Formats: sequence, structure tokens, C-alpha cells
Amino acid sequence: MSVSKAKNETDPTDPVSDVTWLQHNRIRLALHQLKEGRPRGHGNPLLILHGLGELTRLPADPWDHWSGPIWGLDLTGHGQSQVPKGGGYTAEVLMGDVDVALAHLGPVTLFGRGLGAYIALLVAGARPELVNGVVLTDGSGLTGGGEGPQSSTWYLPADADGRAPDPYALYELSNDVRPSDYAIGFLQLLLNGSELDVPLVVAAKNRPPWLAAVAKDPGVVCEGLPQAFERYNQS
Amino acid sequence: MTTSVRTFPGAKTPDRSWIVDSSGLSIAAYQWGSESGRPLLLAHGGFDFARTMDRFAPLLAAQGWKVIAWDHRGHGNSEHAALYSWDADIRDGVAVLDSVTTEAVPVVGHSKGGALALTLATIRPDRVSALVNLDGLPSHRTVPDIPDRERTRVMASDLTNRLDFRRRAHEGARKPGTIEELAARRKKMNPRLSDDWLEYLVTVGGSESDDGWRWNLDASMRFGGFGPFRPEWSLARMPGIAVPMLAMLGTEQEEMGWGTLPEDVEPWLPPGAKLMPLEGVGHFLHIEKPDLVANLILEFLA
Repeated sequence: MSVSKAKNETDPTDPVSDVTWLQHNRIRLALHQLKEGRPRGHGNPLLILHGLGELTRLPADPWDHWSGPIWGLDLTGHGQSQVPKGGGYTAEVLMGDVDVALAHLGPVTLFGRGLGAYIALLVAGARPELVNGVVLTDGSGLTGGGEGPQSSTWYLPADADGRAPDPYALYELSNDVRPSDYAIGFLQLLLNGSELDVPLVVAAKNRPPWLAAVAKDPGVVCEGLPQAFERYNQS
Repeated sequence: MTTSVRTFPGAKTPDRSWIVDSSGLSIAAYQWGSESGRPLLLAHGGFDFARTMDRFAPLLAAQGWKVIAWDHRGHGNSEHAALYSWDADIRDGVAVLDSVTTEAVPVVGHSKGGALALTLATIRPDRVSALVNLDGLPSHRTVPDIPDRERTRVMASDLTNRLDFRRRAHEGARKPGTIEELAARRKKMNPRLSDDWLEYLVTVGGSESDDGWRWNLDASMRFGGFGPFRPEWSLARMPGIAVPMLAMLGTEQEEMGWGTLPEDVEPWLPPGAKLMPLEGVGHFLHIEKPDLVANLILEFLA
């Protein structure tokens, strides 16, 4: 991982946030600081993981009242992060994107939308010591490709022009297989490795099979966003 | 193309090599045999490269086939990619095939290449006229049968290890060495192959610089895929295959193989498919017994 920081002057659509550039193998990732924390170190940092095809942005209530600093990561092929050539996306490589951000930020609370919720579960299981709670919520790309292998499909985007969101990402990450027992494997790692009583909250209203299995686990709490906010803002 | 500084009996430099653009990624393609030959696509295995076919491919070419192979992304002389997946490999392979013909061709694949060929035949059946699978049928997990608690611990350390590696992957470079040292490293994964062959491979799959030879393989690739994919899902594709299929299995189990047994495969075979276990042969059956394997394929395609 290497880090460089610059006031974002390259993208006029994003004039407010500071961008820190992180390197994950061949991809340069954009980590946005969406809000500074209140002085004197109140509250955890929050890291927002966007949904499939989305831009990183400050969430609506209650998270915009989060007392710690708020960061957001553009996953590979999204936002200001680099778009690779010729696709080949997996959820596991995006887990690596987030882990590179954790190496830079240290412990954070993860707030994942859609695809970002699934990635948040994976990375929280892999790095429980760097995650102060995970909140999984609705958003694009929540379902993925289901429990088992689907019919084979052929896809070659005509519009892959290097601009984000990468059409390969849109396609491959809405078809990646997400078996429940695979998701539960990561949840078990999180429950075993976390010091929190409740390391994961399901706030999503939609529950594709992987998320229904996670939500049913006795170690997981299902509650609304305001409650999840209360739970982790001061922890 | 790398100039060979070693030779191996029967090994032949491809008659032609070219670069194919696959969605912006440069993929190295090769051909053994004459322009007028009938095209056949050959897919190498994981961590191999097209020129591991230097001994085997000419045997098919000598009988009138125009044998087309490519280096998978990150392998051989193909570009090192940011992302790797089997779906992406299949797209790269079809881009190579498109550069030669738009017709259906026989597809021969070894190991991972055999599994790719199987998927290709279900994704793009219009491009596959016959299927030959050389010890490329994943059938079950290679993880040993261990208690759940232990499995969780193994998964945790595997994950940490992989993510630690990814954090440093952009600094990665292959370790240099002499031809003999690189061959010895590869021997650990290919214990049944001869030193002479492995040393030859270094000279066609590696590059020499001031401090020695390095394999051309992308240093950011790790052995053993990680993810939700289950090997047995590959077998489930077989019953739907509509073209003639020949599958060979090496019965000597070794590191790079999937440990698949004939009885794992038989229930899934499509109608009319032939399964041939080769006794006393390991995973690299086309390297160990090139003439035998080539003759079986030529007979099957005749």
C-alpha cells in the first residue's frame, strides 16, 4: 500500500471532499474524507462502502450527525478509483480494496450499502480487530447472483470505455454467487474475533438469502438505522 | 518471442505468435502448424503458459491441425492484469479464437484450461465442436476433513495471510535466479517432470535480466483460488454438453491436481462422452506421455 494525499482538483463534481489515494495492487483507489470529526477525538471513524455502480456520498440522517470523522471509499471501477481493463471482478478482490483502506485508517465502523454491505461483511470477518461494528443496509447490488451457480452467460460490454462505473463491475458483481454458508463463515469469524457484544447490525429491509442467513444468527441484531447509529456512535 | 537458450527433444517454437487486444488487455497468442490446417484451440493450466505446449502441440500440428494457444492474462507474455477470474480468462480465449476463425473448433484444455473449456462449451456452444479435457475436472474441496472450530481457525489465518499479501502486492516482484534454481522451484509443484524439461520451460516462460532469470508470471497471483466457488460446480456443467467429449484423468495424485477419481466424474458425463483414466500418469499427462495423449486425441477427433 502506498498513500498520497491531494486536494481534489481533478474532479469538478466532487469539490468538497479531500481525496487520499491508496494503492491496491495495480489499482489506485480514492478514499474520500466526507466529514472531519469533532475536535478532541469524539467518536470512531466511520467508513462508508457504496452500493454497486454508486458514487461515494455522505449518507442521509442519522449518519451525517456521526461525531467521528466520516470516510468513503470508491471501490475498484467506481467513482474516482481506477477502472481496470477487461473486467474479472470478484467480491474477494473488493474485500482487498477495503482492507487497504483499513491499513491506512486503522479501526473504523463500517456502513455498507448493497454490494458494499456484502463486502463489509467479508472484510469484517477477515479483520475483526479493525472493525468497530458493521451496519448492513439496502442499496444496489445487495443480492448478487444468488446461492449457487446460475446458467452460464456471455457478456462483452460495448461501452467499456475506461469510465466509472465500469460496466464489467455492474455485470459481474450482480452475478457473483453468494452462498449462505459462505457468508455465515465470515460472520462466524467476526463473532469469534470481535470484542463487541454486537459486532454486526442488519438494518436492510431486503434480505436476499445470504443476508437472511446472517440476520437469523443469534449473534446478530436487526434494528433500524437510528438504533444502529446510537449503538456505534459512542462505542 | 524469447530466444530459446535451451532445447528439448521434440519441442518446437510456435510457427507464429501475435498479440490480441482483449478489452484493452494485451494477450499473447501462438500457433503451431500451417495456415491451411484446421484450427483447434488449446488452453493451458494455471501457472503454466502456452509454451508449456511446445512438446505436445507440434504432435497435433503434424497431423494437419492448426493449434492455437494463448497465455492466460498474467501468464507467459500476456499483460499482467489488475483483476483475474475464470470468466475473464474465457473472454480472453474467445478474443484469441476470434482472431483466427469465427467457426466452432475442437477445444483441448489441461487442468484449469480444461475447466475453462468446459465452461466455454456451455457459455458459447457455437464456438466449440468437440471437447477434450486433460485432468481438468475439479470435483471436491482439497481442504482436509477437520472439525468446524479448526476449519474456522484455518480460514481466519488464510484470509489474514491473503489480505496481508494484497496490501503489499504492488511492491511484489519475482525472485531472480539461475535457470537451474527456477526449475528447482517449479519442480516442487511439478515433481514428476524432468529437470531438462523444467529448465527448458524457464527459457521460454521466463526473462533474463542483469540479476538472473525470473518467471514471467504476475507476482500478484496467488496459488489456490479463494472465494465461494465450489469445485463440484464444474462437474455440474457436464451433462449439458452437446458436443463429443473426451476426458482423461491421470491416476497418480499430485500437488497440482484436483484428486478427481473416475467414479467422481462418471455420474456427470454427457451422453456418448468417453472417460479415460491413464494408469501410472500424473496431472501433467500431456507432458509425461505426449505421444500417447496426442494419439488418443487425434483418434477421437478423426
